[in-house]
Amino acid sequence: MDRNDDPSASAAIDQHVQQPYKYGWSTDIESDLAPRGLNEDIIRLISEKKNEPEWMLEWRLKAFERWLTMKEPSWANIRYDPIDYQAIHYYAAPKQQKKLESLDEVDPKLIETFEKLGIPLEEQKRLTGVAVDAVFDSVSVATTFKAELAKHGVIFLPISEAIVEHPELVEKYLGSVVPRTDNFFAALNSAVFTDGSFVFVPKGVRCPLELSTYFRINATSTGQFERTLIVAEEGSHVSYLEGCSAPMRDENQLHAAVVELVALDDAQIKYSTIQNWYPGDETGSGGIYNFVTKRGRCAGRNSKISWTQVETGSAITWKYPSCMLEGDNSVGEFYSVAVTNNHQQADTGTKMVHMGKDTKSTIISKGISAGRSQNTYRGQVKIMKGAENARNYSQCDSMLIGDQCGAHTFPYIDVRNSTAIMEHEATTSKVGEDQIFYCQQRGLSEEDAVSLIVNGFCKEVFRELPMEFAVEATRLLGVSLEGSVG
Amino acid sequence: MLEIRNLHAGVDGVEILNGVNLSVNAGEVHAIMGPNGSGKSTLAQVLAGHPTYEITQGTVSFEGQDLLEMGPDERAIAGLFLAFQYPVEIRGITNGYFLQSAMNSIRKARGQEELDTLDFAELLEEKLKEIGWDDSLIHRAVNEGFSGGEKKRNEILQLAVLEPKLAVLDETDSGLDIDAVRSVAEAVNRFRSDERAFVVVTHYQRILDYLTPDHVHVLSKGQVAKSGGKELALELEAKGYDWLREEAPVG
Repeated sequence: MDRNDDPSASAAIDQHVQQPYKYGWSTDIESDLAPRGLNEDIIRLISEKKNEPEWMLEWRLKAFERWLTMKEPSWANIRYDPIDYQAIHYYAAPKQQKKLESLDEVDPKLIETFEKLGIPLEEQKRLTGVAVDAVFDSVSVATTFKAELAKHGVIFLPISEAIVEHPELVEKYLGSVVPRTDNFFAALNSAVFTDGSFVFVPKGVRCPLELSTYFRINATSTGQFERTLIVAEEGSHVSYLEGCSAPMRDENQLHAAVVELVALDDAQIKYSTIQNWYPGDETGSGGIYNFVTKRGRCAGRNSKISWTQVETGSAITWKYPSCMLEGDNSVGEFYSVAVTNNHQQADTGTKMVHMGKDTKSTIISKGISAGRSQNTYRGQVKIMKGAENARNYSQCDSMLIGDQCGAHTFPYIDVRNSTAIMEHEATTSKVGEDQIFYCQQRGLSEEDAVSLIVNGFCKEVFRELPMEFAVEATRLLGVSLEGSVG
Repeated sequence: MLEIRNLHAGVDGVEILNGVNLSVNAGEVHAIMGPNGSGKSTLAQVLAGHPTYEITQGTVSFEGQDLLEMGPDERAIAGLFLAFQYPVEIRGITNGYFLQSAMNSIRKARGQEELDTLDFAELLEEKLKEIGWDDSLIHRAVNEGFSGGEKKRNEILQLAVLEPKLAVLDETDSGLDIDAVRSVAEAVNRFRSDERAFVVVTHYQRILDYLTPDHVHVLSKGQVAKSGGKELALELEAKGYDWLREEAPVG
């Protein structure tokens, strides 16, 4: 008999589907808030606040014009009430008196906020070998190790500062991977993006530190629209990590980000995400709507872009970090763990577009669903005509905890060159009562048993994370699933 | 050590154990035999606390504690070990890591110091030497892709490392060839002691050639139908189980 179908077991699971969100508090700080709603004046206001050059404003306005004609996509396997784009504040910033010259002048409340999130901004308390850009609502409040990085020629700046200080670099690459009209959410972001990080690693430089941005939403009824741009010149290497969280609120807050990566000849970019936005409560009320466009261009020969993501938060996730493999012999990788619990919905995956010869891509996706959540993997592998000898390996594994959640897999494969070699593997498994019982019989608590089983399932992805964060990811997974099994 | 009194248990309202009585003292080896469907494996699972089974009547005390009030992990911590008939696979977790986690969870609950990876590796090496097995199973994922024999050996290795007071072996011999049965039985023999008891659930007499039980019990229709010494096992081997169905239950 299949004991997993026992109704009493699922009732017990139900009873346990509850877990506190650790980062749900908010910071009481006066903020400089734009009026609700979206129109040209708001965009001009944002551009003015950031002291942007005229071309940037033009760029935004063109994006806005196009956005007005675009329709919100409806193909994803997610359900939500219509978003009222006029009810959102598009700019919120903690009030500060003057331009900051050093970290000492940052409002102690903000320092404290990030400290509480485990992101120390004071350099003496730094995470070993990690430089941090801290983004609070619409602005970057601090960036550590700027000077140290500058010695190596590495630029690591809030993108708003980069637009002012390095306009030629930003203008050259912004929108070169994700055009401002790429999709509904990317166009919205292009019109109203407020902050995010800019990274430039010059030719031949191995970035000496891990770079990391931490995004925090604080103000109510605001959206966060960050934009990240990373450019790795010939032969350079960089590893970047983003983390995020938000207060517990019963409203849904919109987060629509765009991330663009450019890797030139022989360059490597490793981009890791630990996404822990507020997922909503156990009844499905509140939580972040996370609509994100992430794309990397392997523009040069032998270049490599690797995406690793651990997604545990957000009420809704719509996100497909992708690689455009243009350079011959370039490599794209996607390693993903997506955990959904309670009423969370995730539709996530990747796109690998092979254009260059001898290009390779690897996709390892692990979806874990608990509670009443829905977890969808959506992936596309496209081999273009000129991509001789392209190779792809895809592996999509789903794990179900309880019997009221769903796992869905939509792989799209489009091969236009007969020399391509494609491999695809998919499995679905269930964390069974018998597996948990086996662990318990050896002396492990029920919670440790689930955590052990899930971590084993995700191992191939976790080993891709930078070491400093692998431990964090393992822990986060335990918290997200706490009490999800009866 | 273990006192089972009038134990009734079942699944979905269907009674499988129908008033089992059994006493096991430290240092003893008890064999539980019986035809298919007599409740042997259910008894093993119920002792370990599998949540599928509902206890409707009776008591079980283990070292003076009410076993039925304890969760499966609490029973393990108290010193009860079940060697599974069908050991479960856990992907991505090495056997060594699994065993270390289990051991440390038990040690922590008992207020003992946890073992770090090096200390644990040393202990493991010692145990392997003691039973004369190599470390080929240690670095593989728990039971993943193991042959039937490897799975059963792995159960005995876990027993050796966790050093329980009471080990229940649920058909550890089934599906094994004669050499594997001997190898498993010899390993078990090495861990017999005055402080430790074994309850060996088996369908066949052959493992008892190597394990020499102090007591043999025959389960029929969810009750102990007959108890005796090791000669009872031989009698069963010769006569089968049918003649027992005529006899009244004992105990």
